[in-house]
Amino acid sequence: MCATCGCGGGPVHADHSREHPHADHAHEHPHRHAGLLAPPAFTPGRIVRLEQDVLAKNDAIALRNRAWLGEREILALNLVSSPGAGKTTLLERTLREVRGELPVAVVEGDQETPLDAERIRAAGCPVLQINTGRGCHLDAAMISDALRALDPPRGALLFIENVGNLVCPAMFDLGEHAKVVVASTPEGADKPLKYPHMFRAAKLMLLNKIDLAPHVAFDEALCISRARQVNPALEVLSISAARGDGLDRWYAWLHGAIAAIRHHDAGTPKDRALT
Amino acid sequence: MHELSIAEGIVDAIRERTGDARVARVFLEIGKLSCIEPEAVRFCFELCARGTGVQGASLEIDEVAGRACCRGCGAQDVAIDGAIPLCACGSADLHVVAGDRMLVTAVELA
Repeated sequence: MCATCGCGGGPVHADHSREHPHADHAHEHPHRHAGLLAPPAFTPGRIVRLEQDVLAKNDAIALRNRAWLGEREILALNLVSSPGAGKTTLLERTLREVRGELPVAVVEGDQETPLDAERIRAAGCPVLQINTGRGCHLDAAMISDALRALDPPRGALLFIENVGNLVCPAMFDLGEHAKVVVASTPEGADKPLKYPHMFRAAKLMLLNKIDLAPHVAFDEALCISRARQVNPALEVLSISAARGDGLDRWYAWLHGAIAAIRHHDAGTPKDRALT
Repeated sequence: MHELSIAEGIVDAIRERTGDARVARVFLEIGKLSCIEPEAVRFCFELCARGTGVQGASLEIDEVAGRACCRGCGAQDVAIDGAIPLCACGSADLHVVAGDRMLVTAVELA
């Protein structure tokens, strides 16, 4: 075993006469050993350096998902919101509107029940339900499995409806093209400040149930300014998924995003700048 | 409670490196902008470590302050604290350079 880094089996040596690759090490030192077959033997009390990013495994799978989607020119959107903001209603209406124009598929994430998948299936769309059980978010490995099971055709639009939760899904890159956060007027104008990570991670905010704004004393301008306080680049569309207000602009946004990935390779690396 | 997934990731990362070796201490770096709550990690870590060489290990958590470059005023090294990263100039248009990650930096073997 190398006395410097603890790798290799057998007795400790410090003569650096043998050789081994150090590609998986967080440090470099000028020696190599041959034949690293046995797991490292470790002595009590020694410090083993890892320097391992805990989300690195998820991010690596997300990167593969993004490449898989990019090769097929599939636009994948990760829909996130608190429970009850109207993600499924928005999806039902959107599917009816756009599925005549292009292939659409949906991944539904909920802790329990296939209820949302049944609603999407009733709207005539291929759907895969993921029940996360004790989990509070979808992760990249779940989406990797879902992509292979659903196998959306080239050029499809894929909606991933995440678990209703404004905290955890912000941290887990799925390989999507963008996160779309749905906020609804009864939740109040301060949601972006209360859950800044999610609003920072999103590319687009859909301000849903805008038809209810007068009834719930919702200040639209204040909500948008708060959202842009945490994410200056956030795009915002005010809509009502139930009544139809503003949905033309949402569909136009979707078509713009589809056109963009057809002109660029969609394998854009995740922008970690503000997440 | 994404800290459960985080804790599983911590235990997996350690076991990939040290296998079933007994671990006495785990050194973590948790960025203050990372959206990871250290106390929740402690709670979940105990659950995830059960039955592994990491069971019973103590957690040494280093909370790393957020630092960023500001695209608004051009400041190169801005200290960021609080839930909403803001430069002193009022801009939120920041490129975070530290404090947004969570690392297992090292372990001490038992």
